Amino acid sequence: MQNRYSFGGDEHLFVECDEAMSLEAFFKSLSMTNAVRNSRIKGVTEICPANASFQIKFDPDVIAPADMLREVKAIESAADKTEPVIRTRIIEIPVFYRDPWTHETLMRFRERHQDPTGSDLEYAARVNGLDGVDAFVAAHSGSPWFVSMVGFVAGLPFMYQMVDRARQLEVPKYLRPRTDTPKHTIGHGGCFSCIYSVRGAGGYQMFGITPMPIFDPEQKTSYLRDFMVFFRPGDIVKFKPIGRDDYDAALEAVAAGRFEPAIRDVTFDLRAFQQDMNSYNAKLQEALHGH
Amino acid sequence: MAIRVLHPGLSTTVQDLGRPGYFHLGIPIGGAMDRLSLRAANLLVGNDEGAACLEAVFIGPQLAFDIDALIAVTGADMPIKIDGDQQPSWTALEVKAGQVLSFGYLQAGARICIAVAGGIDVPVALGSRSTYAIGSLGGFKGRPLAAGDDLPLGTTTRGKAGRSVPVALRRRLANPAELRVLPGLYWHRLVKESHRYFFDDQWKVAPEADRMGYRFRGGRPLEFVEREQPFGAGSDPSNIVDSCYPYGSIQVPGGKEPIILHRDAVSGGGYFMVGTVVSADMDLIGQLQPNTPTRFVQVGMDQALAARRDRRRFMQDIRDSLG
Repeated sequence: MQNRYSFGGDEHLFVECDEAMSLEAFFKSLSMTNAVRNSRIKGVTEICPANASFQIKFDPDVIAPADMLREVKAIESAADKTEPVIRTRIIEIPVFYRDPWTHETLMRFRERHQDPTGSDLEYAARVNGLDGVDAFVAAHSGSPWFVSMVGFVAGLPFMYQMVDRARQLEVPKYLRPRTDTPKHTIGHGGCFSCIYSVRGAGGYQMFGITPMPIFDPEQKTSYLRDFMVFFRPGDIVKFKPIGRDDYDAALEAVAAGRFEPAIRDVTFDLRAFQQDMNSYNAKLQEALHGH
Repeated sequence: MAIRVLHPGLSTTVQDLGRPGYFHLGIPIGGAMDRLSLRAANLLVGNDEGAACLEAVFIGPQLAFDIDALIAVTGADMPIKIDGDQQPSWTALEVKAGQVLSFGYLQAGARICIAVAGGIDVPVALGSRSTYAIGSLGGFKGRPLAAGDDLPLGTTTRGKAGRSVPVALRRRLANPAELRVLPGLYWHRLVKESHRYFFDDQWKVAPEADRMGYRFRGGRPLEFVEREQPFGAGSDPSNIVDSCYPYGSIQVPGGKEPIILHRDAVSGGGYFMVGTVVSADMDLIGQLQPNTPTRFVQVGMDQALAARRDRRRFMQDIRDSLG
């Protein structure tokens, strides 16, 4: 994994840790962005980690681009030696798969889709060689996901499925992006799932919807009073399929300020995870349910 | 109440110099599309350069004042009227209580900036008064203005009417417009001919051009160096593993229509980028109307930094002229 460095104009340094997505590439990006933050290089104004890359925004009036590049390159070898272990949290996110709202939206934009005759879920099941929508939902909700980037729009998590590559769900994005996506839609494009934090444009396949707010600029949601954005890179997410009644009840609880997501602090060790993903995931989920 | 919105125009928002520090969470810097115009407007009325103003695109708002105020309008050429009487642009103007500020048809450029002495005093959200409409964050209730809104003003005593930015310091757009671009990011994904086409061809601003991004049409489609797509990127050769998008970076979905990301940019995504518009030319983009012929001009880092110095000097000349 060799870093590739490039400038984004005169104010951004762009670093691609790997062309392909993997948790190793994510951890390299994470350890380098942490190291850049800790080194307090003058002139740095923003540090943005992404799935397998990151960017640093800097003020070229304070630090020359060439000096910025030299400083970050010097950090690379130190970051390579960082242990891929993080303290993080696992969160259970209820999902109403096959909900009427994303269904209405996907029908409205059918002419932009690879398969205008079916639904996004039917299409996703087929291109992943799975036997129907139920099997796809089982695969989507059956193992945890790793938040490998927060962004696109405010607080949207990109999530990477924590199973071996052969079992990872992959779907193309829409042929042309939609101009509308319901807020809290569970989407998927390439190997990433996401939760749309706000209503707006989107190109990911739509599978369902969660009643759980993840971005609240007014900070009225009980668990968003400290900060308006819920997710952080490194968070682990487990989807829990729910039906219409549970969905409506959860929405009511959110409105009444009673909704409390299941969240537990955990340690994630990349090497231990890679040695035996299934039992590592089982342990993570036990933590979630307090066993 | 201090200013009542009688008609909001097409999309008028409260903007200042933006909200740095949250791009890693997908919350963009935002702020005025044309920061030079915002700074000049504020200086004219005696505000701090970064005070919150109104930014209007294509169609100006109609505003009723219930107090005496000092205002200035900069940016695009759009006739300025107080109770129907035409007024000079780039000039500090007195508005009396009971008068109405309105605008004629846009003549050049795309966005005006309206500064009022004291600044638009909406609450500060994450360090800024800028409106991030998609996230319902900041500005006036997180949204563009609507008829009936009452805008609060801050207090000031410093400004005086009649001061004006000299005509020589009111920037003009070239025709075709020229945007300097530093190639990079995923530039290596394109074949050599496409490198040339991108800068040789003349492009036009497409109708989809807003605070998030400006789309362009008219150049030849870009072709990609063949490769097996990396895991997680998606199947189209223009797809990458979702990464960060620098402000000003130019993504080209499908190799067809370049999109320059602007102040309300999405922070990342899965399309490759050919390079980035230099910081000195970002303000110009906000003044481009749909269909404006545009050339991308290739520059290196030294030229990008020189352009940045020139722009800073130009801004200093404006400050000096207003002494």
